[in-house]
Order: sequence, then C-alpha cells, then structure tokens
Amino acid sequence: MDVLQLARWQFGITTVYHFLMVPLTIGLSVLVAGMQTAWVRTGDQRYYKMTKFWGKLLLVNFAMGVVTGIVQEFQFGMNWNAYSRFVGDVFGAPLAMEGLVAFFVESTFLGLWIFGWDRLPKKVHLACAWAFSLATIASAYFILAANSWMQHPVGVTFTDGKPRLNSIWAVLTNNTALAAIPHTIAGAFSVAAAFLVGIGGWHLWRKRRSDDEHRAVWRSSIRLGGWTGIVAFAVLAITGDFQGKLMFEQQPMKMASAEALCHTEQPASFSIIAIGDVTSQNCEDVKTFNVPALLSFLAHSDFTTEVKGVEDLVTEYQAEYGTNYPDDPQLGELAGKPVDYVPSLPVTYWGFRIMIGFGAISAGTGLLALWLTRKDRIPDTRWFPRLALLGIATPFIGNSAGWIFTEMGRQPFVVVPNPSGVDGVWMFTAQAVSRISTGEVWTSLIALSSLYAVLGVVEVFLMRKYVRGGIDGVIPPEQTDEEGKDALAFAY
Amino acid sequence: MSLETIWFCIIVLFWLGYLFLEGFDFGVGMLLPVLARNDTERRVMINTIGPVWDGNEVWLIVAAGAMFAAFPGWYASLFSATYLPLLVVLLALIGRGVAFEYRGKVDSQRWRRNWDRVIVIGSWVPPLGVGLILTTTVLGLPLDAHGDRIGGAFEAVRWDTLLGALAVAGFALVHGAAFLALKTAGDLRERARVFAVRALPVALVPMVLLLAVVQWRDGALWTLVSLAVAVAAAVVAWRKLAADRDGQAFAALGVTIAASVVTLFGALYPDVLPSTLDAANSLTVAGTASSPYTLEVITWVGAFGAPAVLVYQGWTYWVFRKRINAAQIPPVHTP
Repeated sequence: MDVLQLARWQFGITTVYHFLMVPLTIGLSVLVAGMQTAWVRTGDQRYYKMTKFWGKLLLVNFAMGVVTGIVQEFQFGMNWNAYSRFVGDVFGAPLAMEGLVAFFVESTFLGLWIFGWDRLPKKVHLACAWAFSLATIASAYFILAANSWMQHPVGVTFTDGKPRLNSIWAVLTNNTALAAIPHTIAGAFSVAAAFLVGIGGWHLWRKRRSDDEHRAVWRSSIRLGGWTGIVAFAVLAITGDFQGKLMFEQQPMKMASAEALCHTEQPASFSIIAIGDVTSQNCEDVKTFNVPALLSFLAHSDFTTEVKGVEDLVTEYQAEYGTNYPDDPQLGELAGKPVDYVPSLPVTYWGFRIMIGFGAISAGTGLLALWLTRKDRIPDTRWFPRLALLGIATPFIGNSAGWIFTEMGRQPFVVVPNPSGVDGVWMFTAQAVSRISTGEVWTSLIALSSLYAVLGVVEVFLMRKYVRGGIDGVIPPEQTDEEGKDALAFAY
Repeated sequence: MSLETIWFCIIVLFWLGYLFLEGFDFGVGMLLPVLARNDTERRVMINTIGPVWDGNEVWLIVAAGAMFAAFPGWYASLFSATYLPLLVVLLALIGRGVAFEYRGKVDSQRWRRNWDRVIVIGSWVPPLGVGLILTTTVLGLPLDAHGDRIGGAFEAVRWDTLLGALAVAGFALVHGAAFLALKTAGDLRERARVFAVRALPVALVPMVLLLAVVQWRDGALWTLVSLAVAVAAAVVAWRKLAADRDGQAFAALGVTIAASVVTLFGALYPDVLPSTLDAANSLTVAGTASSPYTLEVITWVGAFGAPAVLVYQGWTYWVFRKRINAAQIPPVHTP
C-alpha cells in the first residue's frame, strides 16, 4: 500500500475508535449531571447512587476518549500536511477554538468534579459537573463545524491558490454543521440511553429474587435510558431527514451512491435492500428492491422531482473538475491518471442502511424498556435483559456506520466542492497527504492500532468489572474513625 | 508589533505553559520509582497531580491547535518532519493518561505495578520527545522548497536536538521534585527536597548547554540577557531548595523555564523552522502565517478564552492547595 492508502486507513481506524468513546462520554456526562442535580434538589439517596455508579463508568471511558483525541489533532500535521497547508487558514480556527473554549473547561472541571466531592460545596460541585458536560457538547460543536467545512466549504475567498477565511460566522453557522451537530449529539445520547437500559436491565434481572435495596436505582436508570433513547431517535430521524435533503444539494454523488441509483430517475424510487451485487463498483450490477417515488420525496419533499443518478453525475463532475488528476509529482503514481468520482458503492450503500437500521433497533429497545418497566415486569422477563445487553452495541454500530458513510461518501474529495460556493475551493484526497515514507506511516498505523486494541480490551474488562460490582463497588464503606476525617473522599 | 508576531509570542507562551505545568507532572511520574517507598507513597505522589494533570495536558493540545490556526505551514512541516518522535510521544501520552485512570481500578499488586511502569515510561518519554521536537524547530532541518523534510525518518535526531531532549527531561525531573516538596508532607517531602537539591546541578546542565549552543549560533544581545536570567533563577532555585523554601524554589524554576523558552524562541524569530539546506527554504513567521482575518478571529477568542483558563485553572490549584500525606489516602476500594 502507498502512503495515501495507509494514511486513509489510519484516519479511518483512529476516527472510528475515537468515536466509540466520545458519544458515550457526551451522553453519559449530561445524564450524570442530571442525576446529580436530582440528588442535590431532592436529597434522595437513589439519585446519589445513580450519580456515583454511572459516574464511575463515565470516568473509565473518558480517559480513552481524551487520549485518542490527541492523535486526531496531530494526525493532520503528520499524515496530511498538504491538506493542513491548503486549508490551515480556515480549518485551524475551529480546532484552536475547541481547545481554548471547550477542552480546557472539560479537562479542568472534570478534575474538580472527580476530586472535589469533599473539597467543594455541594452546589459548586454540581456546577462543575455541568461545566464539564456542557463543554463536551461545545467540543463536539467546534469539531463538527470543522468537519462540516470539509463537506461543504463556506465563508472563504480563493486567493493565491488557497481558501482564505472571510467569515468565521459562516463557518460556525454552516447549514451542514447545524444539521450535523444535533444529529451527532442525538447519536451520542442514544449510546448513553442504550447503556443505561442494558446495564440497568441486567441488574434488575439478576437481583430479581432477593429484595434488593438498589432496585429503585436500576428502575430509574432504565426509565431515564428509555426516554432518552426515544427522544434521541426522534431528533435523529428529523435531523437525518434534513441532512439528507441538504446532501442531495451539496453532495449529490454521496446520496446517489447511498442509493446505488445508477441513472437519473423522475420520480426516483428508494431502495430498501439490494438483492444483486452491491460489491461491484459498476452500479449497473446492483439490483435493488425499491419503493417507487420515495427517494424523490426524501430528497425534495415531493413525489415527482428528478433525482440525479451516478452516471450522469460522473459526467457532470468530469466537466467541472477534470477527467484526470493534475500532472503533479506530489501525486506519485496517480499523477495524470483518471479520477474515479464514484465512492465505494458497497460502503456507501450498506453504511447508510446500517446506520438507519441499527438506530431504529436501538430506539425500539428503549420503547420496550419503558413498556416493561411500567408495570414492573422487567425482573420476570428473562429475554428482555439479554436483549437489552446486546442492545448496548446497536447505537455504537449505527454511529460508526454513519461516520464511515459520511467520510467515505465524499471521496475522492477531502474538501468537497460547494456547488454554490467559490471556485477552486476543493481538494482531492490524493493531493492532501504528506510526502513521507511508507515506513513511517506503517509504523504509526501498526503501533496505534495495536495499542488501541490492547486498551480496548482493558476498557471492556474494567467496564464489566464495575458493572458487575454494582452500587457497592463504587461507594466505599463509611469511615467512622477520627483519623478518617481528613481523608480524601476520592484518590487515585 | 504585527499580529503575526503577536501570535508567534502567544504560541511560545502556550508551549511555555505546557512545559511549566506538565513539566512538573511529568517529573512526579518520573520520580515514582525513586522517591516512593511503598504503594501508599506512590498514591500520595500521583494524587498531588491527580486533579490537574489532565488540564495541564490541554496546553499541548492548544499549543498544537494554535500553530495549526495561526501558522499552518509551520504546523504542517514540523509535525510531518518529526513524524516518528511525535508518534512515540503520542503513544507514551496515551499510555500515561489511561494508566492514571486505571491503576487503582483493580486491587492487585501486579495490576498496579504494571500501570506504574506505564506511568514512569509515559512520564520520561514525552519530555524527551517534546524537547527534541522543540529544539528541532529552533535549530532547523534539511527542508526542500515545499517545506518538506529531505532525508530519512531520523533526520531530527542529532546531537544538538538530543541535548534539547535531555534539557527538557532534566528540567521536568527537578521541577517535579520541587513540586512534590511543595505538595507533600513528612518523610516523602524531605526526600523530594533532598533529591531536588542534589539533582539540580546535574539535571539542568543540558538546558544550560543547549541555551549556550543556541545563543552562540543565532543569539542576540537580549537573548544573552534572558539566558543569564535563566541561569541565575536556577541558582536561586537551588539555594531556596537547600534553605527549605519550597514555594520560592518552585517559582524560581518557573522563571528558569520561562527565560529558557524566551531565549530559544527569541533566537529563532523571525524564522519558525529554519532549513539547514538553504536559507531560502526556511519557514518564517511571515511566510507561514494565516491571513490577517483568521489571526484577528483567533485573537478575539484568545483574548477572552485564555484569561478565563488562567482563572479557573488557578482556582483548581487553590481548591487542592493542601499538602497531601499518607494518612489522607483512603483504603483501596474496588468491586
């Protein structure tokens, strides 16, 4: 493999991995802050135990989210330095803002929250939890604004061969970003929701015979998870629909590939599932089971509009951006070769479906949980806790598929041309990569993937341990002796 | 002063913040096997930085992010040219961060011993690596007209950059010992102080040598002044440590690192990454800076963001200002 392919694999692996940790941190931190608020307001011990238990799992997960995030930032300079030079004027600003405005708050107030239980007044301590959790959302906002600029560049002029920022406001209120942010945050909440339902359900079921003192904790957790999951799915569906419509305007090739829509259709039908060979890059080989006119509706809100197919789009793209890569030695073997404007069809087609399918399954589990807890039926339904435990995985899969679809669907561009934007503000992925040796990228690809794999095993092991330990595992026995008075409530 | 120069100074300030703050928490990790006699003492040491190390690390992220935003060309060339050293730093930081969080999560000797090793390695490697990379940006690399490195993957590893690696690691070691003297009580505190007194004259030698090399090659009269300040502050720190004045010693070490960083980057300006191949290929402040508008935008963000950071990070140190001793460490509690 060449540097380009290796760097793309590395970006894919590290991003998807990072995004396994991040949504759980975002969703859970807000929910834990909510639990702590309920405790501070009502004094109910149930909420205190919820805060402690879910807070502990949050911490086990947070460490991994932070350390894998540093790699994401550094990788632009290491593997994609031509990209960094091209877009630095625009792309660096939201990254710097994320650090200065959001990430400092996140890390500092998390420290205060963990260690401040006995050092801070109750309400100040609660405020730290909120500062931390809201900063995780602010972080997501800036990062998604940066990513959305790559998907749909706005707020720039094209001067001396480079995009130059002329409106930061346009970048921060990019309609692509405003659609992606609630969608991604809702995806994060659906992860946290499935987590609460799955683990809470398992605990309720395990303790069904004994009169467990913590029953109320698990029941409340499941109900909170159930509601969160349903609301999150509603937001996902609405914002997803909005995002889809934007995408038909901004990245028609991505959507045509998601549908394996070969020829322009009017009205266009929506493919439910493919029965032919989607693994073929030739869309003619793909035979799909269709719902007539639905795609026209999804794209433009009426049942008759024309939707452009892959083949016609290829012709348009070739006319607009050239049939061949530039004859630039920077491009290596690709210099002067024809450009393939069609993203990987199997990835886009199935990525899109897996995202929607698993998102829906996840919401279904939440609904079921609410129905079953209504009359306290969970302890007696053996099948539900198992289903809910498996259900923890579903939003993770949906989120990952969504990201893979979004990022692979924009290929061969790293900065996708904005159809109504400024000429010249776009970049092929092949032009973005650093001129370094394959040995260097191989080394980092192998080293990072192996370390991530090992740490993934450790995290799952610790999560399991704390989940099984339940409430008693996170709340130490009361210290009554005089010596204990000056002791730290929390210490590493 | 132009906005570009101001941003050059701000980025130097971010790196300084990083070296000063994470410097001592690296030092604490480096000294784990040296100063602690048992697991409780190890926990005392780790808990002196427990609430703050994560916030300290963000200075690195912001320093890199600010380079990307203000001088994309500098960020792009430096980070790809020092690829492998940077990778090693990243791997070490990943292990270290996870190790702090995970070491106490299982009640087993072996588990804790293994994570302690990760903490020690993870605290030695990053200051060495960061020292090497920052020295590289000051002393330069063979760069072509694109700003890309000519030569092999280890081009950045030379005797003078290795001196930079030892300089930062040596500083972190002493700074960490001084911090421990300031933050712990009893036996451990005395051991940390004695260690700092003995180690300082040796550990800071690479820093002084590095400053001398840089001064000799690219220095001006005023960098000679800051060099003298750095050395004088180190002597003050040494005497204060010997006189049992932890706080003043720690502050004097802060002056040492600040004056050192000012000397290094003062000698570098107006370059940001010189080419040792051809001066025409050297990256400069003016040549790599973002547009005036972008600089203006991040100046506003920095003007409001940075003071706030200083206030709430300062508050964190105030909240956890008490010295920690072994008696305060609660028994291990895991499921």
